[in-house]
Amino acid sequence: MEATSRPPDGPFGLLAELTYECPLHCPYCSNPLALADYREELTTAQWRRVLAEAAELGVLQLHLSGGEPLRRRDLVEIVHRAAERGLYTNLITSALGLSPRRAEQLRAAGLDHVQISVQADDPALSDRLAGTPSFERKTAAARLVKELGWPLTLNVVLHRHNIDRIDRVLALAEKLAADRVELANTQYYGWAWRNRRELLPSTDQLRRAEAVVRAARERLKGRMEIIYVLPDYHGRYPKPCMGGWGRRQLTVVPNGDVLPCPAAHALPLPRASVHEHSLAWIWERSPLFTRFRGTAWMPEPCRSCDRRELDFGGCRCQAFQLTGDAARTDPVCHLSPDHGIVVEAVRAAEEAVRADEGAVRADDDAVLPRGGVLTPRPHPSRPA
Amino acid sequence: MRTVSDTDRPRLAPHARMAFDPARERHVLLAPEAVAVLGGSGSAVLGLCDGERTVAEIVAELHRRYDHVSDDEVRLFLARLAAKRYVEVSDGSDE
Ligand code: SF4
Ligand code: SF4
Repeated sequence: MEATSRPPDGPFGLLAELTYECPLHCPYCSNPLALADYREELTTAQWRRVLAEAAELGVLQLHLSGGEPLRRRDLVEIVHRAAERGLYTNLITSALGLSPRRAEQLRAAGLDHVQISVQADDPALSDRLAGTPSFERKTAAARLVKELGWPLTLNVVLHRHNIDRIDRVLALAEKLAADRVELANTQYYGWAWRNRRELLPSTDQLRRAEAVVRAARERLKGRMEIIYVLPDYHGRYPKPCMGGWGRRQLTVVPNGDVLPCPAAHALPLPRASVHEHSLAWIWERSPLFTRFRGTAWMPEPCRSCDRRELDFGGCRCQAFQLTGDAARTDPVCHLSPDHGIVVEAVRAAEEAVRADEGAVRADDDAVLPRGGVLTPRPHPSRPA
Repeated sequence: MRTVSDTDRPRLAPHARMAFDPARERHVLLAPEAVAVLGGSGSAVLGLCDGERTVAEIVAELHRRYDHVSDDEVRLFLARLAAKRYVEVSDGSDE
């Protein structure tokens, strides 16, 4: 009599990163630095094949993301095909390009759920973080989503420059009648990695944020669901990345590469591509998906650790990013021999926040870093 | 967690959907960012949540169909799904 999951026998979710084109410039963007390498995008027909193969493999949820998925002219068609296959479809969007007409077409095509990102509760700060005027259009789109009867999730990526404002972000979410709010601490991949020094919050900031979230959850129980994605740099243990490597989800990126984790673009393993193989082969047989599946690949201290089935040794991409070796224990874990790298990053963040707080108050309106510089994520350079 | 009462009339929330998953040969409940693979009894209960039947009627119907039905488990199951807002309950008085 319970809603339990059976042991994994196929992926449940497909993250389809349709394009890395995006009108925004979020400095915390997790898209890869080499954006131009992904310009040759899959065609509509190729996506149709990918969706069919995914459904056969057991995928039940399709997350349409990017970049900005609305940049794909064939988005309505892709949603339609996915709905035909019975997939539950989520659109993860900046909302730029969600006109009433497009929204109605997506609704008619069977889109199930819309997630809109905002950068902060304050229009000026949100626009500055996004690198383009966008806040007003986002809130208008959020209202449109509710008018059309969709469930609405508001996504906010948290970092040093907005994490002190969670109470106001939640007030905005209430005003927009969001059904869910996802407060996700930045994951340091891609452009976020490039900007880590300027984005990483202090331990104090996180402690305050968690208290606000706890109180809000109590207050909003049954009305609005609050998802808080923990910051793993500050924890003792790493996150159970992707619920296990090649275990629950797969990602297809704009050029047709298939990844076990949306941050795995640069791992030194043979590429897996829908141009060369079926999704089933990639899931079951490719070195990229099998290399870190399960626990047999683990080194110490994970190999003999009680938590190895809980967190799977953490994130492979993070281990690779921080140590140059994807097969090491995630340095976020306090048991990792490389943990000092993370401790040092957090220490530097404490210092930077203290310096900032001395000058401008972090909760001033539209405050952006004074000391360092955030590198905006650029547009993928386009061929002439 | 709010408990369900016998007069409640549960139904699937508009943004949730029950489907049969041919790959796993099980019923599943789909909602924003959530997949639950249902056991046979779970799908039987949800299949009866049409917004018309009361909880008491659902339990009675389950007893007609199956030998071993725990009324408490059915109520707990529905309360859990209601807490996650996959199921909505109205008892005719507050909606
Ligand atoms: S720039 Fe911002 S909106 Fe665009 S893909 Fe990156 S995080 Fe998303
Ligand atoms: S040693 Fe490995 S398995 Fe154990 S808690 Fe750390 S990362 Fe997880």
